[in-house]
Amino acid sequence: MKITLIEDKAKECFWEIQAYFMLAGRAVRKMFAPPWYYREFITQLDKIGVGSLFIIILTGLFTGMVMALQGLIQMKPFAATTYVGSVVGITMVKELGPVLSSLMVVGRVGSAITAELGTMVVTEQVDAMVVEGTDVVKRLVTPRLKAILIAMPLLTVITDAVALVGGYLIATGYQISFTLYWKSIPQFLVFQDLVEGCVKPLVFGFILCMMGCYVGLNTRGGAEGVGAAAKRTVVLASVLILVTDFFMSKIFVAFR
Amino acid sequence: MERGLKMQKVSFSFVGRGILEEFDLCLEPGVNRTILGMSGVGKTTILKLLLGLLKPDSGRIVIDGTDVAKISEREFIRLRKKIAIVFQGSALFDSMTVGENVGYRLLEERELSESEIEKIVLEKLSMLGLEHAIDHYPAELSGGMKKRVAVARALAADPEYVLFDEPTTGLDPIGVYNIQRLILMLQEQGKTTLMVTHDLETAYAVSERFSFLHERRLLFDGPKDDFAKADIPAVQEFLKPTEQSLFRFDSE
Ligand SMILES: Nc1ncnc2c1ncn2[C@@H]1O[C@H](COP(=O)(O)OP(=O)(O)O)[C@@H](O)[C@H]1O
Ligand SMILES: [Mg+2]
Repeated sequence: MKITLIEDKAKECFWEIQAYFMLAGRAVRKMFAPPWYYREFITQLDKIGVGSLFIIILTGLFTGMVMALQGLIQMKPFAATTYVGSVVGITMVKELGPVLSSLMVVGRVGSAITAELGTMVVTEQVDAMVVEGTDVVKRLVTPRLKAILIAMPLLTVITDAVALVGGYLIATGYQISFTLYWKSIPQFLVFQDLVEGCVKPLVFGFILCMMGCYVGLNTRGGAEGVGAAAKRTVVLASVLILVTDFFMSKIFVAFR
Repeated sequence: MERGLKMQKVSFSFVGRGILEEFDLCLEPGVNRTILGMSGVGKTTILKLLLGLLKPDSGRIVIDGTDVAKISEREFIRLRKKIAIVFQGSALFDSMTVGENVGYRLLEERELSESEIEKIVLEKLSMLGLEHAIDHYPAELSGGMKKRVAVARALAADPEYVLFDEPTTGLDPIGVYNIQRLILMLQEQGKTTLMVTHDLETAYAVSERFSFLHERRLLFDGPKDDFAKADIPAVQEFLKPTEQSLFRFDSE
């Protein structure tokens, strides 16, 4: 009895993962063929990219500030406070920038995508689109994916930059000069780190967008179902991003 | 070529729960039909099966002589242009204006110029007395108006068959009257309508033939005048619920 239950769950899980990747595959393939849904794309880019700017700046600013603060306190006994810039730089560019900005975007955009698509599903708007001959993946998923793939790396770069500025603001309170702060950054940050810092948000953006769309398009059960689905997206996408981050870091370490 | 919409021995289940068993349906051109049944019995499911939104577990679905299981997705999309549907909740695209909703298919197809599309949209809207609402968003409309916009959208591509999913549910008496008149008007224009509902009055007003679905099975299929005379307990109970009907179907 118990065993079959576990087996059923495992099977269901497997089907879901397969369906997720199938949707992702279709969405990617359809990125390169017309119709382009240009207007939809611009709307999404505005909503996702520009709309997330404020929250991303806040995230970057306070993360940079707190990291500089903690770093300075820890490094003071070793007289290493001059390296505070590089500490903030490395951790932000390689890890916290991509992860934190992605998590913020999951909360803000991933859940919104699910809610939007989920509402369209439960109110039969998606069915209506299919009946009218529209390719739903092309119309609803692809423009969002394109927008996120463009916006996510940019948002991350902004997070990183703002964090560095935040770190500098704190560092000035500890008598670290402008040149000392900024010059210490390239000492430890190599080109590969910058690549890592841009590839990660690209992958995380892909994960969160597809999660938002997949869960949204599979929403069941009215308004309540939409709420549950949005929550599901946030949980699943966040966990998946953290797990993926670990494995991507591993890969980048191996290629050092 | 034999015309009409047909379902032959169609069975369907949602994740192990049977909804339809060997269901038969025949919608011949010019013979308007209503499928009656209680809430949750699977009426919407039948329409979605006809439109290919759901795939049957077994059985055949035939549109104008073509078995839909035997053709490609692309051919099916072309074939499906003959069928339009008015969903229960109207299902208007709420990010678009009324005009964009009605012209949706034409805008998607990109075969006509914008001005031609606008002309068609205006024509459909004025037929339903809605020209003034063309730039409104669905959220600004009443339930009855939404339904009429949904009808206008369904008519934009000049379908032969129009499916209605509980078109009168949730409307006030005037809204119900409007919808009945509208369906009759479409029939006069040569469209064949298939309605699913539990609203008997509208069913009698707009259709010639009835199907009655009860507990996964088709229990009645015939002219509407025979329906009330049918010696089927479930039909009689549907027409005149009695004390015994109280809460009996709750467990379902
Ligand atoms: N996506 C779905 N997944 C599982 N069960 C469903 C789904 N959609 C509908 N059902 C179930 O199928 C039954 C028939 O649904 P439906 O065709 O919408 O009924 P009706 O339109 O006659 O009220 C209902 O009991 C409903 O709970
Ligand atoms: Mg229904």
